Amino acid sequence: MCFAAALIAVATSSRAQRPAGPISDTTQIGFSSVTKDSALEARTSAVASQLRCPICQGLSIQDSPSDLSQQMRSLVRDQLAAGKTPDEVKAYFVSKYGEWILLAPKPSGFNLLAYALPIGVVVIGGLGIFVAVRRWTGPAPEPTPGPDPAALPAHNSQPQ
Amino acid sequence: MNWKRASIAAVCVIPVVGLFIYGMHHDPRDIPSPMPGKPAPAFALEVFAPGQPPLQRPMGDTVRLADLRGDVVVLNFWASWCLSCRDEHVTLSEVAKTYVGKPVHFVGSLYQDTPGNGRDWIAQMGGQSYPSVQDPHARTAIDYGLYGVPETFIISADGRIAHKITGPASAALVSQVVDSLLASTPQPKAAP
Amino acid sequence: MNGIVGRSALLITLPFILFGIFAVPFGVKRKRPEWISIAYGTVFANFLLLTAAALAMITALVTHDFSVSYVAQVGSRSTPLLFTVISLWGALEGSILFWGWVLALYAFLVVTINKNRPGNLIPYTAMTLLCVSLFFSILLVGPANPFHVVFPVPLDGPGPNPLLQNHFLMAIHPPLLYLGYVGMSVPFGFAVGAVLSGEAESNDWIRLTRNWTVVTWGLLSAAIIAGMWWSYDVLGWGGYWAWDPVENASFLPWLTATAFLHSAMVQERRSMLRVWNLNLVVGTFVLTILGTFLTRSGIISSVHAFTTGTIGYYFLTFIALVLLAALVLVAGNSDRLKTNGRLDSAASRETIFLLNNLFLTAFMLTVLVGTLFPLVAEAIRGVKVSVGGPFFNRMTLPMIAALLFLMGVGPALPWKAATKEELKAKLIPPVIGGVLLLAVALAMGVKNLYGLLVFAFVGYSAQANLTEFWIGARARRAAHGENWATALWKLIASNRRRYGGYVAHFGVFFVALGIAASSSLRTEHEATLKPGETMMIRGKTIRLKGMWGREEKQRSVVGATVELMSGTSVAGTLEPRMNFYPTQAEPVPTPDVESGPFGDLYLNLVAFRPDGSNATIKAIYEPLLGWIWFGGGVVVLGAFISGWPSRRRRTVVSSVAMPGRTSARDAA
Repeated sequence: MCFAAALIAVATSSRAQRPAGPISDTTQIGFSSVTKDSALEARTSAVASQLRCPICQGLSIQDSPSDLSQQMRSLVRDQLAAGKTPDEVKAYFVSKYGEWILLAPKPSGFNLLAYALPIGVVVIGGLGIFVAVRRWTGPAPEPTPGPDPAALPAHNSQPQ
Repeated sequence: MNWKRASIAAVCVIPVVGLFIYGMHHDPRDIPSPMPGKPAPAFALEVFAPGQPPLQRPMGDTVRLADLRGDVVVLNFWASWCLSCRDEHVTLSEVAKTYVGKPVHFVGSLYQDTPGNGRDWIAQMGGQSYPSVQDPHARTAIDYGLYGVPETFIISADGRIAHKITGPASAALVSQVVDSLLASTPQPKAAP
Repeated sequence: MNGIVGRSALLITLPFILFGIFAVPFGVKRKRPEWISIAYGTVFANFLLLTAAALAMITALVTHDFSVSYVAQVGSRSTPLLFTVISLWGALEGSILFWGWVLALYAFLVVTINKNRPGNLIPYTAMTLLCVSLFFSILLVGPANPFHVVFPVPLDGPGPNPLLQNHFLMAIHPPLLYLGYVGMSVPFGFAVGAVLSGEAESNDWIRLTRNWTVVTWGLLSAAIIAGMWWSYDVLGWGGYWAWDPVENASFLPWLTATAFLHSAMVQERRSMLRVWNLNLVVGTFVLTILGTFLTRSGIISSVHAFTTGTIGYYFLTFIALVLLAALVLVAGNSDRLKTNGRLDSAASRETIFLLNNLFLTAFMLTVLVGTLFPLVAEAIRGVKVSVGGPFFNRMTLPMIAALLFLMGVGPALPWKAATKEELKAKLIPPVIGGVLLLAVALAMGVKNLYGLLVFAFVGYSAQANLTEFWIGARARRAAHGENWATALWKLIASNRRRYGGYVAHFGVFFVALGIAASSSLRTEHEATLKPGETMMIRGKTIRLKGMWGREEKQRSVVGATVELMSGTSVAGTLEPRMNFYPTQAEPVPTPDVESGPFGDLYLNLVAFRPDGSNATIKAIYEPLLGWIWFGGGVVVLGAFISGWPSRRRRTVVSSVAMPGRTSARDAA
């Protein structure tokens, strides 16, 4: 009992915002949700990895340990179990939170620029290297012709 | 030093700096919600804090958004651990009282918290004039696209989200929105 | 007292810096070397004054002098001493002070080491570094002044951010990062100095720049790895890289610096790629300033973002000036420096370096675009989008795979030209290594394409690199009759640059395998346990022994004691914890990790009941994760070997810089 009291005291004493009253012994601090169905879990993880945690800095709801992320994840699982497709689940979250909730921008319209640029750089750069190496290993350019020796006055000839 | 090339290159700085100036005037953390204008998601949640007469509802009663259709609903998400919620608590309670008798319902929804903590907090804050419901697993909060607390949704009589307030609500703003919604809603004929 | 010393030192250094900046061109144009010496003197003065300011701040922190604004902001009597000292770099103003000090240190070192080098390269380098110092010194007496007077003096302070008090790596990661990051100013200084002094047409400045870049690159590599390790140990999600904007900001200059380390060799040997190298060096510096701007301006939200304010506008002005100077410098001199390149053959190491640069640059541009895209999309479309892990992983994995493969081909191919027989002899055998590691990956259970590709390419490249060591050592044995160990040692010592580079390659191989295995084969299991109950993860059993709580000076801690079982006996204990700070609403979790050579068992305390009746533990098993840290160490070792100064010869200055004087080479 002393131990329990000590734990409660420790857990609550530094929470300035919490009211001074006792926390119920059966209160759970933190939230967790996992099921035993591993195929469903795998599908949940795949979708959850693409959704952004609204209160974290760039983590997915799959990775984030925050309560909201876990609850969103549990919602993802329930929707998948109810038969929704991953795209439908993602569309649901987009309708609630906006496009921002997707961790990779939808590859459509202006967003395609973000996807096209890296590919473009590799392709164009690769072509550039190909062309450059061809040029650099090709036959050496003709040396610029120097003055025609016959046209010059001979060194030893008398000046005009 | 090829000044022509240098000047052309120098011009390229302009759009980059322009982009940065734009960025400095926009808060990256301010995410606009797509919810305003859309139909308010339905909910059926259990009362855990009855509120005070005359707006009181019994403990354990279920508040359904569908039942409130035809009236203006002010849905406020809060939590006992949320510091900013303290700023708006008294405000909302007072504003709710000014709409007694009118077709307006104030409902508080608890977010990421336990009913016990919520009740204690309300008691500590001197009571709440309207009832608060609990939202297990934050399903309703997610349905409303909640980023954090406090957030307040003002729902028009025809069931659309008319306005979303992020952060502590001010009396002026809430009253203004509710009044304009009441004005545009045809009042039901008084019973003879 | 501390405040007065600090404020004065920071103020006094400004005229010194300004004087130095003008003394250099004056001394060069008027051919008055005494003015150059005076300029070097100002570099020294700047270093002394900034050291005084830094010491004053450390003293203020340790003695809890809350009359100094920065101490009042981050100090606290209840913070342990270590974290008090390292809070020097924990918040904005302190970090700028630290930056200014590191920059002053580097300028001082550059000048001192290269003082007697003939020519105008070093003077102009000093001038450039002083210009950069000027900006930071302006910040330090202006918006980022850490020595403001606080009156009335508070009795105590809030202490540093709790996330910064959890781990000893907080003492290591930021200093390393600053040393590496700020260090990229030095190559930039050399580049500007080379162009201004006319030495850009020769290749000597490249060698000097490359030697310094190896050191700063090594430090930056260490910093990035330390940051990943800290993130892994502290943040609780079992990951080490989230493509957060500030992580990207530290990574971008690393990519261009790596490209430079390779393409510099092409310039040294073939006098080619001069403009490209100039671009890389200047670009690396621009990226460091960009990264600093991104984190301190508030335009992108990130884990690391410091508080914003007017300082963003100062950085904006600085980056505009830096960009302008960089673009003008490179564009204005590009046609003058261009060479008509010649390559003997497409089948040569030079070509591989070109490809290596292509992929590293593409990688850098991908990360840059991804980091800035949310801002651009908002400006153009008006909609906020996120660009996170899924985007970066998908776009960069192919490039990473290509680079891993090239790391095997490059060392195998000779410079200039490889004959068909050489190609066959060098490029075909490592396939065995590739197949071998592919088999290992499949045996371990890796199923995804990139996981398998990474293993296969690492196998190929590792064998190719090992072969280089073997060939070299074998030749030494034949020539000198040494045993294998001596031959290997002497081989590395005799050609530090090359074999240090191969060692660094091996570091990268370990890191790549660690990342591939830990992400492809990661298993997770979460369970709520009562004391005495067990759960399984990857064939291992762990048992919750019980919960405990304790009060510490600055926080309360609740932990779970979890025993790792081997059969019925206890093989080890882990204690994941939750830390409750009075200033935070949410607790900060601290996971506990059992690291082994084959994998890490990572435990996180997700939830618990205050009466200790149960606890929810999330267990993650990540194979080969420790290889990332080990590999990082090997990379730094490689940089160390490569950068170790060679006793054999001193740099010979070409005759370009000193008209009328011929060097020994030209006189032949």
